Amino acid sequence: MDNYFHPFVIPFVLGAIFLFGICIWKYVRWFKHFDRLQRAVIRKNIFSWKFIPAVWEVIREGLLHIRISRKNLILGYMHRSIAFGWALLIIVGFVESRLTPTIDGSHPFWMAIFYRFFFHSHGTFAGAHVLTAIMDFLLLYVLSGILLAVIKKCYSKALGMKKATKHVVFDRFAKASLWCIFPFRLLSESLTACIYHNGGFFTQFIGNLIPTEFALTFEMTSWTLYSFALGTFFVSLPFSRYMHIFTEMVLIFFREWGVREKHERTGYTMYELSACSRCGMCIDNCPLNKELGINNVQSVYFLRDLRYKKNKPEIADNCLMCARCASDCPVNIDLMAIRQQERNKRNFDTEGNYHYLDNVQPFNAIGRIGYFGGCMSHLTPGITESMKTIFEVAGQRYWFMDEDRSICCGRPLLQQGYNQQAAELRRKLTELIKKSKVTMLVTSCPICYQTFKKDYKLNIPVIHHTEYLNMLIKSGLIKVRMDDLKTVYHDPCELGRGCGIYKEPRQVLQATTHLVKAKQEGEDSLCCGINLGDTLIDINQQKKIRDAAVENLMHRKPDLIATACPMCKKAFVHSTTLPVKDIAEIVRENLRS
Amino acid sequence: MINFGYSIAPTRVVNLDNCDFDKLQQLERIVPSFKRCINCGACTATCSAQQFTHFNIRKIKSLFQEAQYEKLAKELDKCMLCGKCTLVCPRGLNLRPIIMNMRKILNTK
Ligand code: SF4
Ligand code: SF4
Ligand code: SF4
Ligand code: SF4
Repeated sequence: MDNYFHPFVIPFVLGAIFLFGICIWKYVRWFKHFDRLQRAVIRKNIFSWKFIPAVWEVIREGLLHIRISRKNLILGYMHRSIAFGWALLIIVGFVESRLTPTIDGSHPFWMAIFYRFFFHSHGTFAGAHVLTAIMDFLLLYVLSGILLAVIKKCYSKALGMKKATKHVVFDRFAKASLWCIFPFRLLSESLTACIYHNGGFFTQFIGNLIPTEFALTFEMTSWTLYSFALGTFFVSLPFSRYMHIFTEMVLIFFREWGVREKHERTGYTMYELSACSRCGMCIDNCPLNKELGINNVQSVYFLRDLRYKKNKPEIADNCLMCARCASDCPVNIDLMAIRQQERNKRNFDTEGNYHYLDNVQPFNAIGRIGYFGGCMSHLTPGITESMKTIFEVAGQRYWFMDEDRSICCGRPLLQQGYNQQAAELRRKLTELIKKSKVTMLVTSCPICYQTFKKDYKLNIPVIHHTEYLNMLIKSGLIKVRMDDLKTVYHDPCELGRGCGIYKEPRQVLQATTHLVKAKQEGEDSLCCGINLGDTLIDINQQKKIRDAAVENLMHRKPDLIATACPMCKKAFVHSTTLPVKDIAEIVRENLRS
Repeated sequence: MINFGYSIAPTRVVNLDNCDFDKLQQLERIVPSFKRCINCGACTATCSAQQFTHFNIRKIKSLFQEAQYEKLAKELDKCMLCGKCTLVCPRGLNLRPIIMNMRKILNTK
């Protein structure tokens, strides 16, 4: 062939130009909406070694999809074969076309895509046969992924299984064209192979089965359809969920450079919204879906509605903020921050009326440890009493700052979007703590702990009592004995997924009792249901979620349920005949003099 | 006279026939559990804000029920939304959303 252009490539070429044009336009527009700090952090890190982990993560997550594979092998294979297989197909195809000598020395970019149409002779350069075989293999690899996707679609539908994500129109378009691309490629290459015998092991095998008459009639049509399928996919991509392919990679770089979600929506949020592949991994384990059958509020729908500007406030509100979805999300989107941003938009964020706190006086506690029980611990006096005993036994001087009455830490207000009021409480508590000159703050409630750690600026260490007990045991300040109970530990959402504290509570329990595993624990632990995140579900619905969480703990038939949150404790005591104790209570009971 | 720290509530007469219950109905639509309250006062007894000042969430709820909205909005802003009341309510009232929605309804003209 002496000319490397044919009109059938036009849909592909136009589609590709459109795609990259739109992507760049969107990316630039979003980037303009980054805030000052986000830009500063990019400027600081853009030319640093952080580049290396970013590239590595792009390969791992953008192409190999390791995180999905860890949750679900088949789903992982499907994503990997399509993403990684296709990327290799493009790269190897590009190498192949570059190595092929052309008459006029030109290598237009569509040559790699329609290689066999333009080059009919075999072996125009050394190693050409090997590359042809590799290309056939890669095509098969991608096709296996597409086949799985088709099966998954029909199978889960036929069996009415797992809520497959509900998609928008552009998604259907994009998906249909994506599914057509590779079968058409196989067909076109096979037809050409039938006529010119330039196929690889597989395309030639198929080509040999096709009558030459047929091949001669339909070769052109097939290549045209292939080009159309590509073009359609490219045009619908930026408006569909497939936008995640490129966006996820860009997002990984931003994240490595240190960009994070802010209090309000920024351009970075737009990247996160588009990086969601709508894989639906966040649906199945959401307690609202699993226990209550509420299936329009999960992160996938929440992000989708935000992206297409169809969001309703009820959706942002109907969420326990348990962060289970965030730990399941293979793209690691900061789902909780985005939901919080929507809640922050409430127009009823009025000033509080907290002047009654003005006459609460600080206490002179120089050199002491500050202990903050939190409102909820007042409902579980077992926890605060145990902590008092432990402080005394360990010979630690402490100040129980909310012994008689408790000023709320502000996180419950914060979670519901009352930022001004939360800030007023924060100011008051910060003043009290700073003026009292405590050396460290120990809290018993993970809700307080999270906000003291993340939203306060106290300049002293803030630790949860499980961390503190672990320190006391390790340093020998208190001595404990082992009891002979089988104990299961429930990870509170706010402590585990919220603050990443998984190790310390377990170490304490291992020193005092026989720790057995729950069915799902650590990052996969279940929400106790009676939390403060959701204001739309009622008590009976909360109880269902709680019962499921208790059920999950019963896996190894424990004698005792341990937790580290007053709220989880309150939730569980009414749902089981087993004793439910906080780690502080267990330690106190096992103190050895 | 010895000050016991409490006083007798002044006599009040509310003619319910002359009240406009739009706001109440609005609230009951959003949080149906509101109707279940037996005015036991457990919420007030445990309330964090109440430990510092005169703040009676049970009373606020019954005033709201009687359409006596005067000064309620400002009073409701004393609540710290800590959730203790919700946890102790024997009738399973979802008090935090009730408070949030009362604020919202009272602030909407
Ligand atoms: S939010 Fe994450 S887990 Fe959920 S659909 Fe999007 S990418 Fe998947
Ligand atoms: S945070 Fe929890 S309740 Fe909310 S959407 Fe995620 S999994 Fe569901
Ligand atoms: S505790 Fe519940 S039932 Fe009792 S007064 Fe308060 S809201 Fe009503
Ligand atoms: S949420 Fe408000 S009314 Fe309820 S206990 Fe806390 S401060 Fe009191």
